[in-house]
Amino acid sequence: MAAPSDFKPIIVGFLCNWCCYGGADLCGVSRFQYPPYLRVIRLMCSGRVDLEFIFRAFAKKSDGVFIGGCHLGDCHYNPEGNYDALGNSMVAKRILENIGVNPDRLRLEWVSAGEGIRFAEIMNEFGAKIKSLGPFGSSEGRDVADLQSGLEAATQLVPYFKLVERERFRVPRRTEAGYEEFFAKPDFEPLFKALIIDKLAMGRIMGELRANGDATAGDIAQKLRLDAGEVARHLHQLSQQGMVKLNGGQAQIAVAA
Amino acid sequence: MEFGLLQQQWDTQRVLRGTDDNVGDVMVVGGGISGIQASLDLSTAGYKVYLVEKSPTVGGKMSQLDKTFPTNDCSMCIESPKFIETDRQPNIELMTYTDVDSVEGVPGDFTVTLLKKPRYVIEDSCTGCTVCVEYCPVKIPDPFNQNLSMNKAVHIYFSQAVPLVTYIDENCLFLKDKTCGICQTVCEKDAIDFGQKAEKVKVKVGAIILSPGYETFDPLPRNDYGYGQYANVVTSMDFERLLCSTGPHEGQILRPSDKKHPHKIAWIHCVGSRQVNPAGGNSYCSAVCCSYTQKQVILAKDHLPDMQAKIFHNDIRSYGKDFERFYQRAQKLPDVHFIRSYVSVGSEDPVTGDVSIRYTTPDGVVEEFFELVVLSVGLAPTKDAQRFSKVFGIELNQHGFCKVEPFNPLQTSRPGIFTSGAFQGPMDIPEAVMGASGACAQASHLLKSRRGQLSEERVFPEEKDTSQEEAKVGVFVCRCGANIGRVVDVPGIAEYAKTLPGVVHVEESLFACATNTAKAISDTIRDKGLNRVVVAACTPRTHEPLFRDTLREAGVNQYFFDMANIREHCTWVHSKEQEAATEKAKDIVRMSVARAGKLEPLEEFLLPVDKTLLVVGGGVAGMTSAYTLAEQGFETYLVEKASDLGGVANRMHYTLEGMDVQTFVKDLKKKVYRHPGIHVITDAAVTHVDGYVGNFSTTVKSKGRVRTIKHGAAIIAVGAVEYKPTEYLYGQNDKVMTLLEMEGKLAKRDEKLMAAESVVMIQCVGCRNEDRNYCARVCCSGAMKNALKMKELKPEAEIYVLFRDMRTYGFREDYYLKAARQDVKFIRYEPEDEPQLAALEEGGRNFIRVTAADPILGKKLELDVDAIILAAAVIPTPGSTELARMFKVPLGPDGFFQEAHAKLRPVDFAAEGVFLCGTAQYPKHLSETITQAYGAAGRALTLLSRDTVVASGAVCSVKGMDCVSCGACISVCTYGAIDFQDTPRGKKAVVNSVLCKGDGLCVSKCPTSAIMLSHYTDDEVFNQIDAALEMV
Repeated sequence: MAAPSDFKPIIVGFLCNWCCYGGADLCGVSRFQYPPYLRVIRLMCSGRVDLEFIFRAFAKKSDGVFIGGCHLGDCHYNPEGNYDALGNSMVAKRILENIGVNPDRLRLEWVSAGEGIRFAEIMNEFGAKIKSLGPFGSSEGRDVADLQSGLEAATQLVPYFKLVERERFRVPRRTEAGYEEFFAKPDFEPLFKALIIDKLAMGRIMGELRANGDATAGDIAQKLRLDAGEVARHLHQLSQQGMVKLNGGQAQIAVAA
Repeated sequence: MEFGLLQQQWDTQRVLRGTDDNVGDVMVVGGGISGIQASLDLSTAGYKVYLVEKSPTVGGKMSQLDKTFPTNDCSMCIESPKFIETDRQPNIELMTYTDVDSVEGVPGDFTVTLLKKPRYVIEDSCTGCTVCVEYCPVKIPDPFNQNLSMNKAVHIYFSQAVPLVTYIDENCLFLKDKTCGICQTVCEKDAIDFGQKAEKVKVKVGAIILSPGYETFDPLPRNDYGYGQYANVVTSMDFERLLCSTGPHEGQILRPSDKKHPHKIAWIHCVGSRQVNPAGGNSYCSAVCCSYTQKQVILAKDHLPDMQAKIFHNDIRSYGKDFERFYQRAQKLPDVHFIRSYVSVGSEDPVTGDVSIRYTTPDGVVEEFFELVVLSVGLAPTKDAQRFSKVFGIELNQHGFCKVEPFNPLQTSRPGIFTSGAFQGPMDIPEAVMGASGACAQASHLLKSRRGQLSEERVFPEEKDTSQEEAKVGVFVCRCGANIGRVVDVPGIAEYAKTLPGVVHVEESLFACATNTAKAISDTIRDKGLNRVVVAACTPRTHEPLFRDTLREAGVNQYFFDMANIREHCTWVHSKEQEAATEKAKDIVRMSVARAGKLEPLEEFLLPVDKTLLVVGGGVAGMTSAYTLAEQGFETYLVEKASDLGGVANRMHYTLEGMDVQTFVKDLKKKVYRHPGIHVITDAAVTHVDGYVGNFSTTVKSKGRVRTIKHGAAIIAVGAVEYKPTEYLYGQNDKVMTLLEMEGKLAKRDEKLMAAESVVMIQCVGCRNEDRNYCARVCCSGAMKNALKMKELKPEAEIYVLFRDMRTYGFREDYYLKAARQDVKFIRYEPEDEPQLAALEEGGRNFIRVTAADPILGKKLELDVDAIILAAAVIPTPGSTELARMFKVPLGPDGFFQEAHAKLRPVDFAAEGVFLCGTAQYPKHLSETITQAYGAAGRALTLLSRDTVVASGAVCSVKGMDCVSCGACISVCTYGAIDFQDTPRGKKAVVNSVLCKGDGLCVSKCPTSAIMLSHYTDDEVFNQIDAALEMV
């Protein structure tokens, strides 16, 4: 879908103080120009960027989210939080995609404090990308309200994800290759689906039932753009947990839930 | 300028100022990285410092570099925070654009006459807005960019300059013939003053540190390799600027002749260095060029992925920490070839401007054209060296660098005058930095009785408690001259700010940072009862400290401040989109106000400092550090695992330069053993370390006795050991020995060794291989030392050195040359074709037959010799791993202790309060160890001289109720700042604020939001996100 020419995107940017913020400063000092879309939030480390920050920005209809940290190996801090930013962004992109938000709206980059020109290049490129995607929800072809409820379910999942991450998704090697390898492993996606994506779907189903009342698996699947069989499976599991009651073809929220 | 006129001005000055106005403790001459570090350390340690720099800003050569090897850190980014620190330190009197005219007096009482050159700009009035620069009609070659681009006759030296003020070059039209003067008209602060004259200033100090640095070798006089004749032959410093994003082409590598990207580049090593017949050049090795060339190759390849490069060298001297890996990284790049060959420049192609180079290959001489030729120029003494020698009354060495004491490389020939950095010889940045801290330690030793007397602390009024008040936000919108005001509608932004919730006062200012405006802001905060302040101006990275102080001056907690960056992040980057930029600026201000509403007052922690020092390791490094600080009144514990002090130096007898090591070591040991302030504990082991900066508690076990030592700082100086070879028949045949063993035998004139008629020395034994991928740094010079000693004792002995690269860096090159001239024979071998040894007996003679390939003759050589000397690697001390774990400090990949930063924090650890020196950090020569030991003492002094240390308030804390004891925060915090503590409600995570560095990684890991990072709380960030998107 072509973006209207007067569309002025807003991109929320989380920049680490030591590298990317410095790069943005140097970009200014050097007078490199880029489009006025970015709204910067300065944090000490890109590892401080919580998944919740990303989901919140999109829930408030940010057209894009940018995370800028130090190059891998250059983190100002001993625990090297930029690796966590890398892991988080990979997870966030998968979750965004699952709830229907175009994952290209999220971008993570490493910019050193000496790379003013690189910062401008990234801003120009990412700005053009977001501009081409159009306002939040438009390239997705989805109701913003639907996306927002998906983001709400994602936000609610964050504490659970953090618990699971530590046990199951800890990347053993803190190198770029280590991260790429970990997320590309054949057993990663099934595990991620079983532990996170399914949980997210159940959260969204519960949200949908709460918001719009009883519905069939088919209705829910259509609304949430999930596979009907998957929805039925989730409903079954939710009913076993006593969260929903299955009444004929209709699913309804259990009183206690 | 005529002397008479100067004298007259000086007389006037004296009348005006009197003579006693300018009194300090130490004068540091030279404001490069070494001078800056010396000034910072001294001022922190309680001394008043005059920092004198001849150029318009501090920064020196390091500020011109694009990146630094071997980490490829951005040079300016790591150096410029030190500029600001220098600027804000109340005990540093910074005098730029100033020369030293004369020095009189004695240690403890010098009078220095300075000549302050006119910059025609009133420093106190100029705000660095650069409007004058924009209007100035005169273009001049920019010295900061090696004259490769143009700047204006009035300009700021570079954009991070300190002081951030302009100066006017002599090419100014007004200075030439009193025409123009536009800058005067456009300057809103009336800061231009053409009436300025050179001014003499007298300063009294107790000690002087000379850190004037070096010059890069100038190939122009001899037109080395066509430099100055062919446009596309540049020096490595020119290339450094070409690489840099603040350089002449914004980081585009464009060659001079046609401003096109060169795709074929040659680097030529050793330009001006290592010259056997040094007329116009230098005989010594410049010590940094091999690695900086590799850096440039790596960066150029990054800029121009299809670049082809040839690097012509004669030995690759990757002798420093991580240099070997760095070399391998460059070597492995596609289309990059390191070629061992002398070269000559052929000709320039008149059409293309390409330059041809002739070099030798196994198949003969080849001539090849390159689009750009980079000369890796060496380091030469500073232009001021001869003058300094006269002015300061110090001697220079035969190479024209500062002459230093053999066992104290920081001491010049004149007592009370010390030196640091490349004035004493070619060196890399970390050596210049550790030398600076070391010179600080020694100046402090001299002036110990006056420490703290002249230095001052800033005093702020008492903070008022506003915790019960509603947020009353004041917004100050800065025009920054024209920088902000010309692009966005500042009055419109100010009007808009008034409508934001919580805002009670809004004001515009021309320059919020001008000293007088900052004062006015302080007054407004007090008068209007503001309890939150937003300044919409430039970047907090440079100006936040200034405005935080402004709040403190108004009695408001400094954490109630937020900066809206509407310059770097808005007007400067959207200068063509004025309307959109104004909207964005409003958004930025709104986000800032939203954040300000949630800010909380934070306390910075003051932690007491236990003024006791613990030194682990009693070798030369440990003893030097311990003695230096004990002499200055700090109680010191020196822990040594052996039964006697001295370490490896006990086995050394002479230095390369011929100094007697044993006399020095025995004297040092005696001084340490007898010192009443030093508790020497031998046969000792550290078994446990607790605590944090200023308050450590370390358990030491010695001869069955266990004691716990409380101390504020620790220095790790555990040294290194000689590798015990398994190669080359070592341990199987008593004709095979290590270099250290040879030294011992030579010292006692061992009969067998003295009877040897021929000796083979084999270099790189046990390192530069798969097991130890590093160069042990000292062995090449060690081989020269012992070869020369053997020749001295037995001139007829035949000595062969089998080597890979001869790494006699710096002035040590002279001894390589000397050995060659004394007929020591050098035969290069390749690691794939190592020398082979066989113990034989023929005709009643026992000997060892060495078979090695001779690359020059192209055939195998057989040498039947009486002794084999192995240059065995230097390897980490056993037990380093355990010690590192106890002190929570890291080891590098080769097992040596890992400093906080390869360049700028060479004796610090990331963990505060623990310092490092000697071969525990990396193999090094005795003189280097001594310098570093003084350096560690200097750094420890900056801590121990204070009664308290300040820790930032922006740290993490845990709401115990919400903690589910999952341990996620603990496992990510490699600072060890979080621990479980037993509470009535069970085990809960607790943050030790002192160890917390405030990165907030734990917060994004906590599943229950139980842990929070002050000043960057979830609520503060949520408010910013929401405000950013309020209009969507």
